[in-house]
Amino acid sequence: MTETDETNIKIQVRGLSKVFGSQPKKALELRNQGKKRPEILEKTGQTLGLSNIDFDVREGELLVIMGLSGSGKSTLIRCLNRLIEPTEGDIVIDGQNIPKLSEKELLECRRRHFSMVFQNFALFPHKTVQENAEYGLEVRGVEKKSRVESARNSLKQVGLDGWEDAYPSQLSGGMQQRVGLARALANDSTVMLMDEAFSALDPLIRKDMQQELIELQHRMKKTTIFITHDLDEAISIGDRIILLKDGEVVQMGTPEDILTRPADDYVARFVEGVDMSRIFTANSAMRSVRATARDSDGPRTVLRKMSEHGLDSIYVIDRDRTLLGIVSVDDVDAAAKAGKDTINELIQNDFPKAGPDEPMNNLFAMFNEKSYPIAIVDDNQRLLGVVVKGAVLEKLAEAGEH
Amino acid sequence: MAIDIPRIPLGDGIEGGLDFLTSHYSNVTRGISSVTQTGISALNDGLMWLPEWALMAIIALICWRVANLRLGIGAVLGLALIWNLELWNPMIETLTLVVIATAVAVVIALPFGVLAAISDRFYSVIMPVLDFMQTMPAFVYLIPAIPFFGIGSVSAIFATVIFSMPPAIRFTTLGIRQVPNDLIEAADAFGATRTQKLIKIQFPLSLPTIMAGINQTIMLALSMVVIAAMIGADGLGSEVWRAIQRLRPGDGFEAGIAVVILAMLLDRITQALRKPKKKAS
Ligand SMILES: Nc1ncnc2c1ncn2[C@@H]1O[C@H](COP(=O)(O)OP(=O)(O)OP(=O)(O)O)[C@@H](O)[C@H]1O
Ligand SMILES: [Mg+2]
Repeated sequence: MTETDETNIKIQVRGLSKVFGSQPKKALELRNQGKKRPEILEKTGQTLGLSNIDFDVREGELLVIMGLSGSGKSTLIRCLNRLIEPTEGDIVIDGQNIPKLSEKELLECRRRHFSMVFQNFALFPHKTVQENAEYGLEVRGVEKKSRVESARNSLKQVGLDGWEDAYPSQLSGGMQQRVGLARALANDSTVMLMDEAFSALDPLIRKDMQQELIELQHRMKKTTIFITHDLDEAISIGDRIILLKDGEVVQMGTPEDILTRPADDYVARFVEGVDMSRIFTANSAMRSVRATARDSDGPRTVLRKMSEHGLDSIYVIDRDRTLLGIVSVDDVDAAAKAGKDTINELIQNDFPKAGPDEPMNNLFAMFNEKSYPIAIVDDNQRLLGVVVKGAVLEKLAEAGEH
Repeated sequence: MAIDIPRIPLGDGIEGGLDFLTSHYSNVTRGISSVTQTGISALNDGLMWLPEWALMAIIALICWRVANLRLGIGAVLGLALIWNLELWNPMIETLTLVVIATAVAVVIALPFGVLAAISDRFYSVIMPVLDFMQTMPAFVYLIPAIPFFGIGSVSAIFATVIFSMPPAIRFTTLGIRQVPNDLIEAADAFGATRTQKLIKIQFPLSLPTIMAGINQTIMLALSMVVIAAMIGADGLGSEVWRAIQRLRPGDGFEAGIAVVILAMLLDRITQALRKPKKKAS
């Protein structure tokens, strides 16, 4: 990995490991011998939560940490602010190595650098929305007047002005999470940690919140580490994505990197599972053929069919509807002018062709510069229909909305 | 061949210890005694100084504000009955003892409860002690109280505090331990100190549970204060005691009913405090 811009790094994580259990040394020894999590658990009863994690968090980026349940996402984010004590490794933020801090320094560090948004909101039920938003500042001993102001500001940012005096229990889930967000924003820490912050919200509200987070993030340029197990979410909000599996990093990169160049099968399956365009097949975008030419047709007949239907190319079939190829209007026209009475020599074979079950995302790559429609044929090469470029785009756009 | 196991002189040991304490710490006990006596007298005189109707009005108003109008009316009727039975002064004396004993018990119980909530080791030490304190027959506490504080109200307070304190400790511990972990985590994540967590998060959130403990403490204190009439505490208990000695069941029941009324009022008021009315609509 080459970091081009060292100056912009906010947090540097090196060799971070976490063992849950009473004999971490033993577990790490086995890990160093190349053993994996399940084997270590079986042999020692220790859970290897994280193993030798390296990554950088860049100033102002929105870094997404993704992985299946149990992959160690929460453990990782909680190690950053030491809600969980790391077993070994360094976490350097602005020159301070977090695992080495004394209790007092840790408090200071948490106050200055970190604010957290929780999956289950974790709002204080005995405090009003306003008081909740003030909490981080209250803890830091900021005087009442200025913390009221910051809290109000951040509540406004998340669209909750007017709800200051309500209690969390009076709000919907989406609104509660906005309070959670406001509480983190008001604190004006340098890094925001979000552990599955939107997972408890229903899909529509979740979309809204993602949009809002992206906007906030662009506006405020706040370094954010966001955990999700949802690839769609990761892709739509992340500047970069880190993929975890069994406590190890399997891939790190931009959303495009992950989608187009999955590092291994695990990532590929992850990507596959979520990419909606794969769920749609050629069948769903196929249209019936407006007109076809028969191999026995003469050039003039074919020309008339083409002009009748406004086509500049036409597929040629035989009596059994078996697809023979395609002819272009220019070739047929020339043949007609030359007085030929068959189109057989004109038939070309460089046209796109696919079966009805071909995944949609493959179709897109098939359109060539001549922009012939894709011929959809069955196993016996009989022409079933065609797919035009517009229909594919339409379907992909539809898929993107989910 | 009977093996002759000598009787363990448990009682002698305890007596020896108590003797030692009373002889060596008499200054301390006398100090505590006089402070407590002063407190009792002050509160008692204060409550006595108020005309009956005024105190009735105040109590009824409290009932109405914290609970509802029905309890307010109930308080007026109940207190009027006590007044009518000429048990007003003993009732005030009992109330005084209950209030002071409860206040002392709660002040001691809270830090112990908090400590037991925070430290597992302290928890495992104090829980058996609390079991002991609660299962020991109540009037056993009266006996050592006398050499310390002599006959009278101070001894009654001493025994009452010991007897009634356990639920306040238990419920404080329970309440604090019950605060959801994610809230503690949230507080930690924002860099709250232990004290900040305790005062701003754990304590307010466990308040209903702590109030339930205090409610039980008050009930136990009331029952103990009545029993303490045996060592010369004033109040409704001594009315009952006198009735027993003179074989006058009627008087005994009257005093008993007054205790019940007082108990119900104290119980309903503290119950109502437990469930704070939602401030916002
Ligand atoms: N306190 C703990 N004691 C023992 N094992 C733990 C503890 N916390 C987490 N683990 C284990 O560590 C592994 C990683 O857990 P973690 O909570 O980080 O996963 P996650 O990726 O956040 O999963 P999810 O998506 O379900 O939240 C899991 O196998 C889990 O069982
Ligand atoms: Mg998690």
